[in-house]
Amino acid sequence: MKRLIVLVVTTLLVSTAFAIDKGKKFDDPEMQARYERLISEVRCLQCQNQSIKDSNVSLAADLRREIARMIDEGQTDEEIADFLVVRYGEFALYRPRTTGKTLVLWLAPFLLVLFGGFALVRVLRHRMSLPIDDDVAKEGQSE
Amino acid sequence: MIPEIGQFALILALSLAICQTVLPLVGAQRGDTAMMGVARTAATGQFLFVAVAFGCLTYAFVTDDFSVLYVANHSQLSLPNLYKVSAVWGAHEGSLLLWIFLLAGWTVAVARFSSGLPDAFAARVIGVLGFLSIGFLLFALLTSNPFDRLVPAAVDGGDLNPLLQDPGLAFHPPLLYIGYVGFSVAFAFAIAAMISGDLDQRWAKWTRPWTTVAWLFLTLGIALGSWWAYYELGWGGWWFWDAVENASFMPWLIGTALIHSLAVTEKRGLFKSWTLLLAITAFSLSLLGTFLVRSGIIVSVHAFATDPTRGFFILSFLAIVVLGALVLYAWRAPSLDSDAGFSPLSRETFLLLNNVLLVVATTVVLIGTLSPLVVEMATGDKISIGPPWFNVAFLVPMIPLVILLGMGMHTAWRTQNAGSWARLLRIPAIIAILLGVVIPLLVYGRVSILLVVGCAAAVWIVVSSLIQPVRSLLREKGTAGITRSALGMCVAHLGMGLFVLGATVVSAFGVESDQALQPGQSIEVAGYDFRMVGLSNVQGPNFSAIEAEIEISNDGEFVATIRPQKRQYLVQKSPMTEAGIRAGLDKDLFVALGDQLGNNTWSVRVQYKPLIRFIWLGALIMALGGLIAISDRRYRVNVRKKAVIETGEAEATA
Amino acid sequence: MNRFVWPLIAVAGLLVFLVMGLRHGDPRALPSPFIGEPAPVFELPTLMNPEVNIGTNTFAGDYALVNVWATWCVMCRAEHPFLLELAARKAIPIYGINWRDSRLEAMRWLDELGDPYLASAYDEDGRVGIDWGVYGAPETFLVDPEGTVIYKHLGPLDPVIWQREFVARMSGGGQAK
Repeated sequence: MKRLIVLVVTTLLVSTAFAIDKGKKFDDPEMQARYERLISEVRCLQCQNQSIKDSNVSLAADLRREIARMIDEGQTDEEIADFLVVRYGEFALYRPRTTGKTLVLWLAPFLLVLFGGFALVRVLRHRMSLPIDDDVAKEGQSE
Repeated sequence: MIPEIGQFALILALSLAICQTVLPLVGAQRGDTAMMGVARTAATGQFLFVAVAFGCLTYAFVTDDFSVLYVANHSQLSLPNLYKVSAVWGAHEGSLLLWIFLLAGWTVAVARFSSGLPDAFAARVIGVLGFLSIGFLLFALLTSNPFDRLVPAAVDGGDLNPLLQDPGLAFHPPLLYIGYVGFSVAFAFAIAAMISGDLDQRWAKWTRPWTTVAWLFLTLGIALGSWWAYYELGWGGWWFWDAVENASFMPWLIGTALIHSLAVTEKRGLFKSWTLLLAITAFSLSLLGTFLVRSGIIVSVHAFATDPTRGFFILSFLAIVVLGALVLYAWRAPSLDSDAGFSPLSRETFLLLNNVLLVVATTVVLIGTLSPLVVEMATGDKISIGPPWFNVAFLVPMIPLVILLGMGMHTAWRTQNAGSWARLLRIPAIIAILLGVVIPLLVYGRVSILLVVGCAAAVWIVVSSLIQPVRSLLREKGTAGITRSALGMCVAHLGMGLFVLGATVVSAFGVESDQALQPGQSIEVAGYDFRMVGLSNVQGPNFSAIEAEIEISNDGEFVATIRPQKRQYLVQKSPMTEAGIRAGLDKDLFVALGDQLGNNTWSVRVQYKPLIRFIWLGALIMALGGLIAISDRRYRVNVRKKAVIETGEAEATA
Repeated sequence: MNRFVWPLIAVAGLLVFLVMGLRHGDPRALPSPFIGEPAPVFELPTLMNPEVNIGTNTFAGDYALVNVWATWCVMCRAEHPFLLELAARKAIPIYGINWRDSRLEAMRWLDELGDPYLASAYDEDGRVGIDWGVYGAPETFLVDPEGTVIYKHLGPLDPVIWQREFVARMSGGGQAK
């Protein structure tokens, strides 16, 4: 609870105290697009579940500035992600990185669909073999 | 005095809920008509007392009774009256009372409209609903009493969270909860069927309208929440895959599957165990959602004031209800299998695919929501799973689903002739693929695989949904037209198509720009010019604001003036953004004030949002489809038929 | 076992997991990735005297507290008396990082309330804060004589936390009394 108070209060105080330029503009549209994508994928750690793109607090602004700097210096996305992870942990990234642990996460939807597919085929095979009786023959055009 | 009456009313409601649960359930078991008869009366009584309690809390808000702790925490003298009322459900205790109120309301509705149901069945349904009421009433009275007093009373309140001081947010919880809570009816119907062992096509027919109504309200509630987030939160997004959003979305996905599964069960007596399980799951997800939001287990912008004690209570209740239902399921489901068959190309197959894909989609959302917790407990590492993962993962089952949607509607039950089917769908498919490429290219100047797939899928669904209604319009005089059930289906699917179109286009072509702006300056975004005419100070009832006047023009031609504000609420002092939006069906032009950068300079976020309104319009039309479907003749309470049902003669299913 | 029992088993498992989750603690608490790692290297001008620098090598050689603070942080004010107490009884060397603050305000603050810090680094733009993974103030790091971060506490420091989390981690009990 105390932590909550701390974070809320500092957030409230800080967000109005600092005038920071939002939305660093790169002249190069590609760099700008990269910047915008990256900042939408980084968590604002002072906030309750917002990206640093959408947050107004000072830490978000600081992180945006750092990311802009790193893009300027020519660092890769991987290096920028590393920078954040070293300091704040994987928690800072909204896109879980594909390590061994998170690989499962990224594969999960496909595995689920496959599994569903297998189950479905089994059911279909079974139902195909049963009598498709013709009583109450409605042509099924209405639901 | 009034708060005490409210609290007392809750206690009385609890005792009535106990009567409502015990007597009818025992009575149904024994065939005791008198005991079963208690159900309706007790339900009505419970509803009345809960209404009194709700009224007392509302009264306390409206009269600024700051001797009530809940009122003192969430209201304020200068709070506009509309929000004094909506503040009733603005935080944990009050929204819980809303839940209880709506549960009692649904129960009374069931009691009122269940004259066509056999007595034992109706008694069981109402009894189960009573059990749920007991749980929630206990939860309120023991851990979250909205009527707790504050001694000495506060002079003024802590104000309602400014984010909630908005008409959209005033209606969002009631609409959402009507849906959320409404799945309890399908759940109760399922339990009643499992207790008696009778689950047949009649049961499906009874359950359908209740489920559809709950579903349509949930659709509206979620859509309203999304729309509100868009214009109120100031960042122009409409869905963030936040834990609480997911908590409402999962029941919706399963609810959609349930509606479709019920169709199969009613029509052909198949998918009974699927339908049962889906009915159990939909409500279980509602309960799970309640747990996630109120227990503090997950971080979210939406989470209510969190408390592990409350979390344990809800979890225990969840355990009893869901495990109990699943035990019944494990017991009864094996005997439900029927021997009817269907061929691979049939409506049954498509609906089975529908069930599977929706369950996969729900599982995906569940995994995304709970995985951070799993990983943290297993390894100690904290990870975040946000939109980048969800947007990809969710599409995996969804893309096949939207494609299949267009086909399933026109497939006959049992078996469908492939030739005629292909002939029917050939042209819509071609139109869809063509427009899928043309729309992005011509209108917005760009294509990509995902874009083409999204647009094509949307067109495909729209065209496919129009086939039957158009045929009906063009039919020969004297031949039967489309039934409302079928029309409802077409309309709902059409809504889905519009939604897909809106979501695809706005995600791909939306433009966002953060820039600094001064009065007199102009910036250009997506071909529109945004000129800041001036800044002014504005006073509201409980806030003061800086308002910017922004003039939008296109090639010199005036389009609109919008007035974004940066508000400072007097009590909570948190700065709030009110976006200025030029709304249109074809696009939104959106401006939000960011931070003040200097004396007269502000950072503004300007957004161009093409077709974003299609998202909520689509949802609205989906809900409309549901409404049309339940207005079908079949569901109107028919007194003549009641006698037939009660003598147990199976009514030939319509 | 018939296949209809699977939902029951799955849900029971989910429930057990959720119970564990509830007992797990504050979902907002972010463990510092530097625990067990060398303290992030930095060098900044001190608050009081911009000519003088302090950095990671300043506090090498002994246990040290690195306390992140600012004048706009209400909770920092709340923990300040305890920091003064720790400094007074020389329990442990305390260094400050003045985070995203106005130098003038910060000096005035210390002047008014007392200065428990052997020195405070002045982190004007927050870069060092980011390097240390700071996301809220106050945060207090415990660094061992070799320069490894042993512990980080988010929130105000008080005697209970000091004893339980900090003293307990200092071998030989530090100099706690």
